[in-house]
Amino acid sequence: MNHKLEIRDVTKTFKTEEGELKALDRFKVGVKPCEFLCIIGPSGCGKSTLLRLIAGLDEPSSGKIILDGKELKGPSPDRGMVFQEYSLFPWRTVLKNVTFGLELQKMAKQERYRIAKEYIELVGLKGFENSYPYELSGGMKQRVAIARAIAPEPSILLMDEPFGSVDAQTRNALQEELLEIWQRTKKTIVFVTHSVDEAVYLADRVAVMTARPGTLIKCAGIDIPRPRKRTSVEANEFREKLLMWLSLERSKVQD
Amino acid sequence: MLKNRLLQFLNRRGVVEVISLCVAILIWEMVADFVIKDKGILPSPHAVFLAYFELLDLIPMDICTSLLHFAIGLGAGAVVGIAVGMLMGWFKTVNRALDAIIEVLRPIPPLAWIPFAIIWIGLTHSAAGFIVFIGTVFPILINTYTGFREVDKTYIDAAKVLGCEKESKLIRLVAIPFSLPYIATGIRVGMGVGWMCLVAAEYFGVSRYGLGYRLLCVFFPLQMMDRVVAYMILLGLIALVLDRVFRYFVEERLLKWKKGMVAQ
Repeated sequence: MNHKLEIRDVTKTFKTEEGELKALDRFKVGVKPCEFLCIIGPSGCGKSTLLRLIAGLDEPSSGKIILDGKELKGPSPDRGMVFQEYSLFPWRTVLKNVTFGLELQKMAKQERYRIAKEYIELVGLKGFENSYPYELSGGMKQRVAIARAIAPEPSILLMDEPFGSVDAQTRNALQEELLEIWQRTKKTIVFVTHSVDEAVYLADRVAVMTARPGTLIKCAGIDIPRPRKRTSVEANEFREKLLMWLSLERSKVQD
Repeated sequence: MLKNRLLQFLNRRGVVEVISLCVAILIWEMVADFVIKDKGILPSPHAVFLAYFELLDLIPMDICTSLLHFAIGLGAGAVVGIAVGMLMGWFKTVNRALDAIIEVLRPIPPLAWIPFAIIWIGLTHSAAGFIVFIGTVFPILINTYTGFREVDKTYIDAAKVLGCEKESKLIRLVAIPFSLPYIATGIRVGMGVGWMCLVAAEYFGVSRYGLGYRLLCVFFPLQMMDRVVAYMILLGLIALVLDRVFRYFVEERLLKWKKGMVAQ
């Protein structure tokens, strides 16, 4: 099976004042084209670090990350990223936030406005083009962040707990919209979360991580047909499995 | 009924403000006319008012000259302050190299530079501008520096992921817009300090015109205290207008995205 993205034995250590901190230890996982992969694990297990490595914002201490058959070097617009907290540029309007990546590709003004407007419509924010981020709710901001990340048409979308700081109802709505966008744009998505519910609702496959140093302990496909029901029996069964893996890991750490 | 009417009237915009201003002027007039009775010590408001009419030919030229000095100083202060502040905020090494020097120079009162302003630049408009420059440059520099240091790392990461990798582009597209409120605050504070320096800077005879020159070198030696007060009020009003114009321009145009963040 050809992988879209392959993470091969990636280790990442940070130098701190108390010595070296190993955030990731020989982590490996492959992501198929158009696949929705969720990475789940306790806080501080290095899942955000992993995403930063894939984004090219940090370099692995050892190991390789391969995208479309080529080893990664530095950030590039072929990988879009949606951040945990609000990362919209507050000095730019919604429209100008979404055109940011397109501007850097030296696209003509009319063209980038046209594309940006399409994506703003895709995330359901038509009419808010000229609003500033401070005028938007948390959920709307993350919608803009998604539009901004996919406007330059990256082949893979990285999401770092993007819905972590919105309320439960908004979160559900955002998840549904994300699935719709995913199905429409056929992107490969790597989605980091610590919510079991979120992983079970969204992912084709889920990778479970341990904490300190972060390693992969389990990678399992979720075969529940879509559209999924959050409260279905299968969903509950999978949730239980996932919780069990996570708690096994916890008890191991405590021993 | 009557009480309610009165309250309604007072609640109207500007009513209390205008009344208090009028009362203050009235008290001033009373004190000047009936208590002090010496216009060399406290000129009355009506004398000051009349002084403006006697000075109509002088005022425009004095204002223009002072604004020229101010513009030279503020312009130079903004260019140097913003440029150095940006470099110090972005590059740690530049900060380490310049920080000690700046900390030594900064507490020197701007007026203490007058001797060197004269020696280096001579008795020209630029010498007065230089004193204003010393007053404006540090607030602008420090605020710009702070703005650059506070740039949220998430914004930098987000820009990088979107393809903004070159440092010059990160500065232009992220750090500068992020720091604009800080820079604006620096300029506002700098304008206040610079305006104060201006009056003294004109004292040492760089020109035959200028509000400070006229006030300190002409009216005061001639004991024309009504004219001194007239120019004092003029100095205050111009500073007020400059500040309002700046705030309007910056807050309504440049900083629409962050209302009310520029220091009040």
